[in-house]
Amino acid sequence: MSNTDFVLALEDLTVSFDGFKAVDALTLYIDKNELRVVIGPNGAGKTTVLDLICGKTKSSSGSIKFKNQELTMLSEHEIVRAGVGRKFQTPSIYENLSVYQNLELSYPVGRSVWGSLTFKRTAAVSEQVNKIAAEVLLTEQLHMEAALLSHGQKQWLEIGMLLMQDPELLMLDEPVAGMSVKERDQTAELLKRICQNRSVLVIEHDMEFVKKIAHKVTVLHQGKILAEGSMEHIQADEKVIEVYLGH
Amino acid sequence: MNTLSDKLLGGKQGAVGLAILALMLFVVFPLWLDLFRLGLLGKYVTYAFVAISLVLLWGNGGILSLGQGMFFGLGGYCMAMFLKLEASDPVSTKIQTTPGIPDFMDWNQLTEIPFFWQPFKSLPLTLILVLLVPTLLAFIIGYAMFKRRVGGVYFAIITQAIALILSILIVGQQGYTGGVNGITDLKTLLGWDIRTDSAKYILYFTNAGLLIACMLLARYILTSKFGMLLLAMRDKEERVRFSGYDVSNFKIFIFCVAAMISAIGGAMFTLQIGFMSPSFVGIVPSIEMVIFAAVGGRMSLIGAVYGTLLVNFGKTMFSETFPELWLFLMGGLFIAVVMFFPDGLAGIYEKYAKQFKVNELVSSYLAKSGKKVAKLIGEKA
Amino acid sequence: MFGYTMEEVGNIVVMQGFSGLSLFSVLLLMALGLAIIFGQMGVINMAHGEFMTVGAYTTVFMSKLAVKYEIVDSYFIFAIIAAFILAFFIGYFIEYLLIRHLYKRPLDTLLATWGLSLVMQQIFRSTFGAKEVSAELPEWLLGSFKPTPDIDIPINGVFVMVLALIVTVGVYLFMFRSRGGLRIRATMQNRIMAGAVGINTQKVDRLTFALGCGIAGVAGAAFTTISSTGPTTGSLYIVDSFMVVVFGGAASLMGTIASAFGIAQAQSILQFFMTSSMGKVSTLMTIVIILMMRPEGLFASKVRK
Repeated sequence: MSNTDFVLALEDLTVSFDGFKAVDALTLYIDKNELRVVIGPNGAGKTTVLDLICGKTKSSSGSIKFKNQELTMLSEHEIVRAGVGRKFQTPSIYENLSVYQNLELSYPVGRSVWGSLTFKRTAAVSEQVNKIAAEVLLTEQLHMEAALLSHGQKQWLEIGMLLMQDPELLMLDEPVAGMSVKERDQTAELLKRICQNRSVLVIEHDMEFVKKIAHKVTVLHQGKILAEGSMEHIQADEKVIEVYLGH
Repeated sequence: MNTLSDKLLGGKQGAVGLAILALMLFVVFPLWLDLFRLGLLGKYVTYAFVAISLVLLWGNGGILSLGQGMFFGLGGYCMAMFLKLEASDPVSTKIQTTPGIPDFMDWNQLTEIPFFWQPFKSLPLTLILVLLVPTLLAFIIGYAMFKRRVGGVYFAIITQAIALILSILIVGQQGYTGGVNGITDLKTLLGWDIRTDSAKYILYFTNAGLLIACMLLARYILTSKFGMLLLAMRDKEERVRFSGYDVSNFKIFIFCVAAMISAIGGAMFTLQIGFMSPSFVGIVPSIEMVIFAAVGGRMSLIGAVYGTLLVNFGKTMFSETFPELWLFLMGGLFIAVVMFFPDGLAGIYEKYAKQFKVNELVSSYLAKSGKKVAKLIGEKA
Repeated sequence: MFGYTMEEVGNIVVMQGFSGLSLFSVLLLMALGLAIIFGQMGVINMAHGEFMTVGAYTTVFMSKLAVKYEIVDSYFIFAIIAAFILAFFIGYFIEYLLIRHLYKRPLDTLLATWGLSLVMQQIFRSTFGAKEVSAELPEWLLGSFKPTPDIDIPINGVFVMVLALIVTVGVYLFMFRSRGGLRIRATMQNRIMAGAVGINTQKVDRLTFALGCGIAGVAGAAFTTISSTGPTTGSLYIVDSFMVVVFGGAASLMGTIASAFGIAQAQSILQFFMTSSMGKVSTLMTIVIILMMRPEGLFASKVRK
């Protein structure tokens, strides 16, 4: 495969679990500063695609290139260090630590054993933590135990933790699940701000939300791409209507 | 995570707790207990090394090792091998078929010292090996298991199996290890008789000092970012991995540190008690040491030390008077702590100390008396 | 080879193989119970060995009664049933008192059941004394076959093996061919869903645990035919049985059988050529090394998590 200008290039990606192909010869490209949304019915392989990119699941064949660097052979932490951040479907934060500590742990310094033993909370760290906390609307909760946050705030905290890493590709699995209407709007604004200097890949079910944020939409069905294009284009597509309404 | 002193002492509260413990170990117990009881205490303090290693590993890291006894034992055996070689000089072993080798080797028809005993002729090398051998074993086990993401109960069972293997091996290879009796009749350290009263006092204080030093090291680790990551890994390992950390390295490191701390305890055991035997290596001692930490509080370094001392004094008292009751009590303690007091004594203390503000009282009292002392010293000067 | 002729080696392998089969049978029975409890419920029961001891003491007790009433020839079958029932009910009771409070904390379950094993050992010691006791075996269990003059196959070993096979087939039929087994598997795979379709999941947990303990009781009954019983008998088998379960792949019945067979045979054949302790060391060491390379055990399939 030749080098490309794309931030992320999946080519011919396949994974099978005991013969069942969850992702089947998938090819997908994501541009710089693009906000892509992946939709599809349950079991379409959306989360598996994210798992493959971030190294949680190993692919059976095919290639994943991030800025022309092959990711399939790297382990999870190496992929993160290359610049890929991932939010999980259910908020995955450190409940027993404070919001501040949650963000601090995600700061990309002192990631080795020795580095973490000698890590110091410098002004630069505090500044970055405060900046990100403001970005994800958690300034007031900064010293609260993370377990006490509302569900929506936990989602934001996890996004904030990813922003601390300053990734070039951010992958979000259902970021507005369990959020109120107001929180959804705030999240949409947040994502629009975020993608100004990085690419974002979002999995979402909520069509209203998708309309607000998506640059381009990819529809997955049974591990394959069913359609790809602008939101209007997707909504007019016969096959998409059939898959979504036919079920 | 600010200044070095804060990291070592764990803030004001931690400093007070540590100061009280040091006071007990260095002043109160030596003045209060006779030498026999103090010797017992010294023995229990060596177990406390294992308990604090488990606070690091299990309480904070969520990694339950059921093989800490083997690191304690290995540290102890390394020390014992040195002392045994020193005790087996040709003059005092001249009645043997082959003089100059340890007695159990002679009984088992060995005619020369095996190669792996050779390094233990030198004290500096022995001291290095006391730390290195258990740490290396921990590294190998940790590397193999954590790199393949084996954790939880699997890790517990496999470490237990390894402890069993090691203890069978030591018992089985009598000619090389002293077998089931262990390595006994240890007398001198570089000519210094370790059985005299003064030696016992010196070793007791060395032991207590080393314990405090290990606690400071553990405190440093726990209050650094590493400690925060340990907690984070215990609760959300996946998230830590996807924040760009190589989780296995952190686990291997803390497992090695825990092994090393346990080994220091083992070496001090040998020096103070004068022997080392496979009964400290196998499954039962390893899991008993877990209960010491659990009773004291799996999250609290200081709690684990008190827990160890308490359980062991209880054991000594009960096995002197009602030996048959002890197993009931020990078993019941396991069950009760796990079910009702998962944070152990430290947890109970936290709960009630907060109610009665014990901490503030103690620290204000200490601050006052500290000022008085400072004044006195100032006046004298 | 070690100074034996080929024919002698052949005979040794056959005889050690058969003594391995007795060990295999006991290990298999222990491991079956553990595999149900650990494989299905994820609970580490360190007191499993003590449930075996319960079965063994029950059998010994029954044999004393049998001697008194002169029914030594036929009591054994009742002893097996009694061992199962007693261990089953103690297990049922323990699940209610202890285990059910700790389902979310597997490591703590391990410690609590270890405490339980200490208590049970002391109860055995206080009740039956510290000395090992033996069951009075019926005539037909003693003696041996001699297919050739040099080969000696003890009948009790064959009996234990047949018993193990019957129990294994029974477990298989129960787990995979009955409604009860279906309920257990459903509960373990998706507790919430199983509850939603009307399965009383708490009751299933209790019965599953009790069933595992009951099978350990049968293991104890089988054990009395090959050795004598003491308060700590069970604890000698606990690590081996855990190794069997983990090595076989926790949820696989075939794996459990295969690994019990492999471990028992390796130990017993190696013990003849090396010392008994080295045989055990090399077997355990091999398992640990294999587990380090293949932590999921021998029989585990790739599943999507």
